[in-house]
Amino acid sequence: MNVPTMAEMMAQGKQPEVLFWVGCAGSFDDRAKKITKAFVKILNNANVEFAVLGTEESCSGDPAKRAGNEFLFQMQAMTNIEVLNAYEVKKIVTACPHCFNTLKNEYPELGGHYEVVHHTELLKSLLDEGRLTIEGGKYKGEKITFHDPCYLGRANDIYEAPRELIKQLDAELVEMKHCKSDGLCCGAGGAQMFKDAEKGTKEINVARTEQAIDVKPNIIATGCPFCNTMMTDGVKATNKEADIEVLDIAELIANANNL
Amino acid sequence: MNYIDNVIFIFVLIVGIGFFVFNIKKIIRNIKLGTAIDRSNNASERWRNMAMVALGQSKMVKKPVAGILHIIVYAGFIIINIEVLEIIIDGVFGTHRAFRIFGGFYQFLIGSFEILAFLVLISVIVFWIRRMVLKIPRFWNKEMAGFPKNDALNILYFEMVLMSLFLIMNAADQSFQLANGGNPISQLVVPIFHTYSIETMYLIERSAWWLHIIGILIFLNYLYYSKHLHILLAFPNTYFANLNAKGKLNNLEAVTNEVKMMMDPNIDPFATNPDAVNDVPSKFGASDVQDLNWVQLMNAYTCTECGRCTSSCPANQTGKELSPRAIMMKTRDRLEEVGKNIDKNGKFITDDKQLLNDYITPEEIWACTSCNACVEECPVNIDPLSIIIDLRRYLVMEQSAAPQELNSMMTNIENNGAPWQYNQMDRLNWKEE
Repeated sequence: MNVPTMAEMMAQGKQPEVLFWVGCAGSFDDRAKKITKAFVKILNNANVEFAVLGTEESCSGDPAKRAGNEFLFQMQAMTNIEVLNAYEVKKIVTACPHCFNTLKNEYPELGGHYEVVHHTELLKSLLDEGRLTIEGGKYKGEKITFHDPCYLGRANDIYEAPRELIKQLDAELVEMKHCKSDGLCCGAGGAQMFKDAEKGTKEINVARTEQAIDVKPNIIATGCPFCNTMMTDGVKATNKEADIEVLDIAELIANANNL
Repeated sequence: MNYIDNVIFIFVLIVGIGFFVFNIKKIIRNIKLGTAIDRSNNASERWRNMAMVALGQSKMVKKPVAGILHIIVYAGFIIINIEVLEIIIDGVFGTHRAFRIFGGFYQFLIGSFEILAFLVLISVIVFWIRRMVLKIPRFWNKEMAGFPKNDALNILYFEMVLMSLFLIMNAADQSFQLANGGNPISQLVVPIFHTYSIETMYLIERSAWWLHIIGILIFLNYLYYSKHLHILLAFPNTYFANLNAKGKLNNLEAVTNEVKMMMDPNIDPFATNPDAVNDVPSKFGASDVQDLNWVQLMNAYTCTECGRCTSSCPANQTGKELSPRAIMMKTRDRLEEVGKNIDKNGKFITDDKQLLNDYITPEEIWACTSCNACVEECPVNIDPLSIIIDLRRYLVMEQSAAPQELNSMMTNIENNGAPWQYNQMDRLNWKEE
């Protein structure tokens, strides 16, 4: 796996095509790290010149902002913007819709102007440009349902890129009753990931997983590390671990291509 | 003596409209209690939104049954109002069916009104059945108990009565029935009256006419007290709605200034900048209605309590206290209370209450996942999420009252740049694992 940092690139006088913003989950969470690696393997395989910030990356500030801590958010944002601007970053890709949304929508007013894309958008454009081919065989006959991350879907109106990629897999894409703009949240957004839920009758991730189970998939595909955790826990809570796997789109493609 | 009718009519009309204007001015004053927000950009997109969402009801039809019935009632409401114009002219000048001079076209118009009135009547009955017989859950959440439930029913009854009066008025009007044009529905009502004398018929026609116009004026004035204000406010509300990506939260400018000062070594933090002093808000975030912006307050008056937001809310679906509709209703209730306080005292005198805690509890706002389902669902582009975030901002930045686990998360971000306790120097370790 080839993972150059921006500092290394700069030392060689090179500017990468795109900066891969790994995010905190992608850097530290054991499950999300697998998504990070799958995505890097695809980038390597497609000869995409990318770089990461490595130890110079810091939390985008999204959970702080959603929790109401505007000070902490802006401290994080401005620190990150200083680093990104110092490297003259033009384009950013990330596998986390929360980082994606914040970098794309909330950084510009603070001086951070970049073209920000979600990893499913980048993979889709690589596919369109012929730089990426997706082998269908491995998932032939499988039933895949896609859970729309709120911060990709409703928040930024991106519904098709992940679906276009799934359709390349020769698998059957089945839609949940509540999908796209009508999709139900996994329960992690708005900083809920980091706290217990308020008193209620059910966990949100279980409710969403049950909606997925209703369409009898073998695989629940996601495009967000937090959705992934929530849906994985939901599958465990409903005792469906033997029947249903929760995978990121990047993992599906890396697996399909035997990377 | 013949002029008494006209004088009474003009008096009723002036009182009815005057009282309505008086109350609307109060609403405008209350909305203006909100803080400033600039929504003047992109006028063409705003007009388009208003045309599509308010006039064209594009978001209503996402639920097809309710959506189509609503369009019928809405079209009926607007079109049948042309008839009200005739009623006013007749009332003021003592004419009878002044628009009859338009001949065949008049018959066509009245005929269309009759069909619409009948369809509205049917739709409103179906609405009543959906609420009271089918008991569709979103009409029965706990915030609907008491006045909100009765309010919704009152409106339906009002519409049933008004439409019936219109048809009865036409049916009892003998010269209109004799002309036998433009009476497709009312002619079916006529047989009911076949034993009545001419005098009785005249009395019925006049009574229906008077009750119809008085009913309309009462309904107009009922708007102020009811959830039904959306028939007016849906238009400005969709015009001034947020045009940014739904995921984008505003960056507090006052915070930006302070953070910049903290980060810039060249700025002397102790130097007094007379311009900057005025920029500092009295508080960060919102704890009461006056801290919200005027669009958020207009949202509260516009909400018609349909509950589409709440039925799509993941927190509400899983039994949490949060209901986006209740957020809007409570905001309006508090705003009304503040308004009454101003009516009474000439200006707002503190009442030791505020929106946060006294109306909306922290438990409600901490249950939100910021998923934007409520914003997406709202047929008139209300944004409950922005209020929730502003209340959270107050709790966190003014009161340090976040749930303990969120405080840990924020401490971690501050100390090591991640919401969990990992060393920033380990951020690239995944590469070697």
